[in-house]
Amino acid sequence: MPDTAIAEAPAKAATGGNILQVRNLEAWYGESHILHGINFDVNAGEVVTLLGRNGAGKTTTLKSIMGIIGKRTGSVKFNNQEIIRATSDKIARMGIAFCPEERGIFASLDVRENLLLPPVVREGGLPLDQIFDLFPNLKERLNSQGTKLSGGEQQMLAIARILRTGASFLMLDEPTEGLAPVIIQQIGHTIARLKKEGFTILLVEQNFRFASTVADRYYVVEHGKIIDGFANADLAANMDKLHTYLGV
Amino acid sequence: MQALYAQLLVGLINGSFYALLSLGLAVIFGMLNIINFAHGALYMMGAFVAYFLLNLGGINYWWALLLAPIIVGIFGMILERTMLQWLTGLDHLYGLLLTFGIALIVQGVFQNYFGSSGLPYAIPDQLKGGMNLGFMFLPIYRGWVVIFSLVVCIATWFLIEKTRLGAYLRAATENPTLVRAFGVNVPRMITLTYGLGVGLAALAGVLSAPINQVRPLMGADLIIVVFAVVVIGGMGSIMGSIITGFALGVIEGLTKYFYPEASNTVVFVLMVLVLLVKPTGLTGRAA
Repeated sequence: MPDTAIAEAPAKAATGGNILQVRNLEAWYGESHILHGINFDVNAGEVVTLLGRNGAGKTTTLKSIMGIIGKRTGSVKFNNQEIIRATSDKIARMGIAFCPEERGIFASLDVRENLLLPPVVREGGLPLDQIFDLFPNLKERLNSQGTKLSGGEQQMLAIARILRTGASFLMLDEPTEGLAPVIIQQIGHTIARLKKEGFTILLVEQNFRFASTVADRYYVVEHGKIIDGFANADLAANMDKLHTYLGV
Repeated sequence: MQALYAQLLVGLINGSFYALLSLGLAVIFGMLNIINFAHGALYMMGAFVAYFLLNLGGINYWWALLLAPIIVGIFGMILERTMLQWLTGLDHLYGLLLTFGIALIVQGVFQNYFGSSGLPYAIPDQLKGGMNLGFMFLPIYRGWVVIFSLVVCIATWFLIEKTRLGAYLRAATENPTLVRAFGVNVPRMITLTYGLGVGLAALAGVLSAPINQVRPLMGADLIIVVFAVVVIGGMGSIMGSIITGFALGVIEGLTKYFYPEASNTVVFVLMVLVLLVKPTGLTGRAA
């Protein structure tokens, strides 16, 4: 496949306009108040990373955008449309795709069924041959049970299946967690290539060394709020602060 | 020997009903996490709808085979939308009590109007009579029930295990939140699944009408055995509930021939043995 065909994939790419706008987002798990007013933006074609300690509210932020958290208030605008009250199936159909931290590979489905499970929500998703080009391992294991794959393969499957839906905005929750360095590198290459193909990516990461290889900008989450933000170019200058924030 | 074959046939017929009913129970349990005690009452409604269609509308058996599952399925979907959906996330006990209550109300209403005795439903002309197979006489209608049930069971298995729609269903059984976050309208799928399970029960009701007559309590008598079948087979598996359904029907039939006194209890004895040895059932997965 020539690269030009790939570049056409998600149409909204490269315009650089604001694609996601989160304002004063609050969220609750039952009685416990997790997010206390999150504010940030993502521009089309960017890779933005949410950094922060365990329990800071990064995953909850992604889940709130996706509409999975029951009680949430504030404003989330995707392509200028308010989605704070929408159900998660409606949000998915607007073109947001979510890859959960626990990967969510289905044990009762084989790899092919897992890969084809998410419905196509709009045109412009990657065709299967390009997905196999990105993840050759999956092609060889199409008939295996989903959960029989290695951790790295499961992570690739979890990313692969949201690429063919036509969603142009991907949220990846700790895609490198628990994986070997060589696999982490492969995931890094994949994210870089997806960015080149015009996907917008919101990443949650603990591992900022990994994040620094792919991200354009960072936000730091602490106690359910965004407490800082900077561009990748300023990473070195912010290193001391970052060590304090993350306690590493 | 003739008597043995006859009992085997009776066993296969009962097994057909066990399989259709336990299949529906398994599908409903997987998706809604509800032990559907109303299943017997809905089976009975299937038979009654066939009776009404014939006697009030002049609509024959073949149409009833199609229409009764749809009508009762819609009734089931209304139950799910108005009542069962509110039980999401609660303990099994609530679903069990609610559906048990629904069963009592439905059966009570039918008993009020039709008493407890059976209403006749004639075997359709095309399936009357029998065949001499050499070793036994086979009433055609009974052969039809066994074969048709088997076809429906296998078609349901195929739908769930081999199609895209079935993949949604299996995935949503595991993780409904994530499937919904992929853009699938999971609540609507749950309603349709309940409709499907209930439709299978109604279909069994129509099939049984010419054999067992149409009675308000026909489901109440059957459902206790079906629950034992489900416990023996295990809740998790589609093929498991089909095979267990037919197998237990046959075992019951054989017991009737060899030791008639035990024929009503053999299923329950097996249930106890299975529970002692493998509490998740023969094909069930641990929760």
